[in-house]
Amino acid sequence: MSRTLIIAEHDGNNLNPSTAKCASCAAALGHPFDIVVLGTSINDIAGEAASIEGAATVITIDADHLANPLAVNHAAEVVAMADNYTHILGPSTTVGRDLMPRIAALLGVNQVSDISDVEDAYHFKRPIYAGNAIVDVHAPESATLVATVRVASWKAAGAGGSAAVESRAASAAASSHTRFVKLESGGGERPDLQTATRVVSGGRALASKENFDLIYELADLIGGGAGASRAAVDAGYCPNDMQVGQTGKIISPDLYMAFGISGAIQHITGIKDAGTIVAVNKDAEAPIFEIADIGLAADLFTVIPELKQQLG
Amino acid sequence: MKILVGIKRVVDYNVRIRVKPDGSGVDTDGVKMSINPFDEIALEEALRIREAGNADEVIVVSLGGNECQQQLRTGLAMGADRAIQIDTSEKQQPLTIARAFLKVIEKEQPGMVILGKQAIDGDNSQTAQMLAALWDRPQATFASEMTLSGDTATVVREVDAGLETIEVDLPAVISVDLRLNEPRFVKLPDIMKAKRKPLEVISMDELEVSAENDLQISHYTPPPARSKGIMVEDTAQLVAELKNRGLV
Repeated sequence: MSRTLIIAEHDGNNLNPSTAKCASCAAALGHPFDIVVLGTSINDIAGEAASIEGAATVITIDADHLANPLAVNHAAEVVAMADNYTHILGPSTTVGRDLMPRIAALLGVNQVSDISDVEDAYHFKRPIYAGNAIVDVHAPESATLVATVRVASWKAAGAGGSAAVESRAASAAASSHTRFVKLESGGGERPDLQTATRVVSGGRALASKENFDLIYELADLIGGGAGASRAAVDAGYCPNDMQVGQTGKIISPDLYMAFGISGAIQHITGIKDAGTIVAVNKDAEAPIFEIADIGLAADLFTVIPELKQQLG
Repeated sequence: MKILVGIKRVVDYNVRIRVKPDGSGVDTDGVKMSINPFDEIALEEALRIREAGNADEVIVVSLGGNECQQQLRTGLAMGADRAIQIDTSEKQQPLTIARAFLKVIEKEQPGMVILGKQAIDGDNSQTAQMLAALWDRPQATFASEMTLSGDTATVVREVDAGLETIEVDLPAVISVDLRLNEPRFVKLPDIMKAKRKPLEVISMDELEVSAENDLQISHYTPPPARSKGIMVEDTAQLVAELKNRGLV
């Protein structure tokens, strides 16, 4: 019997939207799926997971050493329950990318990274070379399929479900060799980049940390998330968790507005799935205009204040 | 302490990738090949640890045919002490690579293995995590800051939620992110010196590692192109266009 296990992601308070996206991918595989929530005091999060449409059972494993998503501890729990599943899915977020290969190796299988499309239960599509090529991947049917789901490619499953919640004891003890110290979050109260429907991003042309306020103000005005190019993060204008691109976040908002971003291929990779791309750049030759749906060759320091006025 | 650094030969990050018309792969004929940029950062970090007196040897390891010796030589020119080529004519997948690296680890007994967080060709981001699992040692992925103190490494990791700090006991596998350091440039005399540094070739067979449960990868296609957009003249037109499309 084919059955899929999804590893839920959460921050200790709320379920990450990537879990509902994994559920859409699991539904496309065509067989029943369960969701496992690992952590501590996770009843509310399990409740959220149980409402994901299509989920059969939500399994909770509540233990102090699972409070933070250390791959070594979480992988041990998933591997202990792997016998019951033909497919194990996690999100292509940093948590999923840290955890899933550890699980795959312990199970002796290769991992399919970044599933962007399901052809059948062992045949997928995924992007490689920073999204410059799409390939077909066939996985062996004789082995457990371990994969990450490219969250930007999937819509979240609906919230009309009512799965049973079942709690289990942890199978493994805490690792003694890996210890969580702290998490410093860079962002404020703005919508999460990976789920925001609108994103306003700034590049090196913003020229200072102070000027990035323009990006934040416009983002807040349209209820969007705030992003950045690698150049802007490297220059220290904004925190690392705002980086959009091959090595940052890969996002798919309905509206993406890029200000002072030239459009290196590594950045374009992160926004290819956006609905509408707006680019504002002083340099009319900037490569970002090749992929922008609406381009404006003008100075962002003039355009953003005008936008604020006209949209406000 | 020895540090092992993994190096992958990839299409240079500045090259615009072209899919072959028959869909069998991407065009690499006459294309510039380089060390995967993340691996270069991994090597730079290892060299800095050695220069700070916390390691005495840095070994670069690559898996591939003889062509990857070019990247190993570059690694030696950057400052690695010696190189190991795990010789294979096949394109190997992360699990097999991790198994082969583990064999080298068993022989070399490094205190730390540093790898790039992903290769910019396959974009898998798996080898470091898999190696840590098979070795039954800690993994600290996506490192942007690293400090050593005795047998412990404190690693700041770039995660979606911000910056996470973890502590791992050595030996451990570290995978590095872009902001960890700026790799040094190779100087001409170092390239000459690198020619005399030891480069050992071990075959996959000697290591008794073979591929299994491989994924079959086929039908390379270019991504769907975005249709050509429009240029507007000023902010008012931009706002009108956004309103027109129901986006604001």
